[in-house]
Amino acid sequence: MKKREIDDVTGVETTGHEWDGVKELNKPLPKWWLFTFYATIVWAVGYWIVYPAWPTFTGYTTGVLGYSQRATVADELKAAQAAQGQLRDLLEKTPLDQIRTSPDLLRFAMAGGAAAFQTNCGPCHGRGAQGFTGYPNLNDDDWLWGGSIADIHKTISFGIRSDQKDARISQMPRYGLDKLIDDGQINDAAEFVLSLTGKSTDPAAVAKGRTVFADQCASCHGPDGKGKQDQGAPDLADEIWLYGGSRQAVIESIRTGRGGMMPAWAGRLDPVTIKSLAVYVHSLGGGK
Amino acid sequence: MTHMDRYIISAGRPEAAPGVERHDVKAVNRQDDRPLYAGRQKVYPKLAHGRYRAVKWLVMAATLGIYYALPWLRWHRGPDLPGQAVLLDVAHNRFFFFFLEIWPQEFYFVTGLLVLAALVLFLVTSAAGRVWCGYTCPQTVWTDLMITVERFWQGDRNARIRLDKASWGPVKLLKKGMTHLSWLAIGLATGGALVFYFRDAPTLAGELLAGSAPAIAYLFLGIFTLTTYLLGGIAREQVCIYMCPWPRIQGAMIDHETLLVSYRTHRGEPRGPHKKGQPWEGRGDCIDCTACVAVCPTGIDIRDGSQLECIQCALCIDACNDIMGKIGRPRGLIAYDTIAGQEAAAKGSAAPLQLVRARTLLYAGLIGLVGAIMLVALINRTTLEINVLRDRNPPYVLLSDGGVRNGYTVKILNKLHEPREFSLDVRGLAQARLAIVGMDAGAAIRVTTDDLRELRVLVTVPAAELAKLESAGTSFALVVRDLASGQATTRTTQFQKPASVNGRSP
Repeated sequence: MKKREIDDVTGVETTGHEWDGVKELNKPLPKWWLFTFYATIVWAVGYWIVYPAWPTFTGYTTGVLGYSQRATVADELKAAQAAQGQLRDLLEKTPLDQIRTSPDLLRFAMAGGAAAFQTNCGPCHGRGAQGFTGYPNLNDDDWLWGGSIADIHKTISFGIRSDQKDARISQMPRYGLDKLIDDGQINDAAEFVLSLTGKSTDPAAVAKGRTVFADQCASCHGPDGKGKQDQGAPDLADEIWLYGGSRQAVIESIRTGRGGMMPAWAGRLDPVTIKSLAVYVHSLGGGK
Repeated sequence: MTHMDRYIISAGRPEAAPGVERHDVKAVNRQDDRPLYAGRQKVYPKLAHGRYRAVKWLVMAATLGIYYALPWLRWHRGPDLPGQAVLLDVAHNRFFFFFLEIWPQEFYFVTGLLVLAALVLFLVTSAAGRVWCGYTCPQTVWTDLMITVERFWQGDRNARIRLDKASWGPVKLLKKGMTHLSWLAIGLATGGALVFYFRDAPTLAGELLAGSAPAIAYLFLGIFTLTTYLLGGIAREQVCIYMCPWPRIQGAMIDHETLLVSYRTHRGEPRGPHKKGQPWEGRGDCIDCTACVAVCPTGIDIRDGSQLECIQCALCIDACNDIMGKIGRPRGLIAYDTIAGQEAAAKGSAAPLQLVRARTLLYAGLIGLVGAIMLVALINRTTLEINVLRDRNPPYVLLSDGGVRNGYTVKILNKLHEPREFSLDVRGLAQARLAIVGMDAGAAIRVTTDDLRELRVLVTVPAAELAKLESAGTSFALVVRDLASGQATTRTTQFQKPASVNGRSP
């Protein structure tokens, strides 16, 4: 047995390891530290057995506990829904116009509606419900099919020009494409429509357009152009234009006819979610 | 010898067998050369008597007293709020500290307190070394308490060593058992006191006894019982030597002018046993009685000089002074002294204590600065907080009559311990209409005690007024007025309008 080497400077035994003349001192670990380290190794082996750990060619070892984060999330969602159970039941039973009277119920409906809106309505109407050309802004006070909470609820449930039997349906004729009136008449009608908001520059065309409008448009949009919500005919005398309020855009609307499509959500979303959506959209600022 | 040398066969080396060279190489990983672990050498601290021991008893009583009793101190805040002086109300996101109540967004007060505590620690360390470690660190205090209990059941140092060497019998079993039971009881009390800081103490105490307390309370009670038992009873000095980062850090704060528990080498050496009648000339005062080693709770020899393992509890000063008194030599062979002071004394001169120096001035200055900032923040702490968030999407909404509406989220925080009513108005935006979703116009906004209310606020400027707004974004103020006191708080925000409405400038 070779004699242990003692470092002259520190008086500590060396391990015998040497790098370029520098020798490593033997500073052993404390016992408790070392055994804690071993315990963590044992723990890790136990963990491999109990929890999902190792990847395999087609998947991974699932562990004897069968734990999965996905299942945990599913359980938590179920628990969250159960915790909401009372409020959900109450929301289902409460008539639409009564929801506002209960602050707790209103807050619950608003939160649920806001979340459902982002997922289901945002893609067309925008995440801020600000709308795009052809997709109405839901923040303003102009409503195609009515802005009461009941109207909004019906629109969401059955959609617009959807294949649902209760859907809101109307059809604007394609005056230009189907050659129902000639281009001159279209131009005159457009000038008259623009005059309703003081934007026309051709009084002669307005006078002629008044007649075209009375014959062709007034049955849906009303004699004064203020629209009819039961037919989804927009108010042409206000500042809000779904397809643009320029002369060119108005002519294009008359020529090709307009009519967007919105899917029915009854059957795709549960009644409580649809109710929450109606409350949320109604609260955006323009609700009647 | 480098690694390469081992593989170079040189002439003249011994042969293991004819033609087979015997390498001059050592199996470095051989078991008997390198133990994998070092067994702990148990420390048996002897009871010291003296000035510093007395100070340590007092500090122990004070710190433990505060820790155990504080949760039971009551503080009246009104009917809707907890009546506990110090309460970390995690469930309601509040931290109650006597007159102060901290909301989560005011956590900088706690941060400031911690910064202040760290700076005080720096100052004390640079002035007088590891005072924190030696007197007030919970590890030191609880270890001291555990050793006291151990001493009560098993006797002082020599008795404990004898007991450990003795074979197991009823007496040893009883003494050891009672010691561990007492440690567990102290751990239980410690863990119990801790959970009281998080929930109304009398209520929780009742719940704990009745078995109806929240599971998390029992969990933390268990964790702290176990850790107190392990760290204070079993691990003791190992925590300071191996686990704690603080001894490594504070080397940066100690200099030649720092008061440290020191063995005065120039006075003690050469050491050696002193026989009766032998003169003291030509030798040191240290009689190598090792009383200083016997009382040391971390098991070191202070005569080796300043070292990482020394927590500077000053018990060796007491032990040595006791001995010096007995042999009739001046006290203070081991004492609080500076390195500069020792160096001067070795040369026969004296170095005056310099408490005021750049380092201590810097720390004291920082303490003053942070303290002043905290004080100003505390004095100016508002009891009403208002946050206004402008809608980003959409930035504005065009209405059918050509008017423009902006949406805002207004949050009103009532930090008073009573409900308050407010009004909300627009200032600096002519003809603007204000509406709060879900509320009737003009109704008072009620915010309950110590609560937050979030409002959705719509501000509309009619078409006729829009042209008068000079730019796309106009600053205006939302004014929240306390209806009872009339005190108004304003928040400036922006009103946005479109650059053009259907081709016209609005």
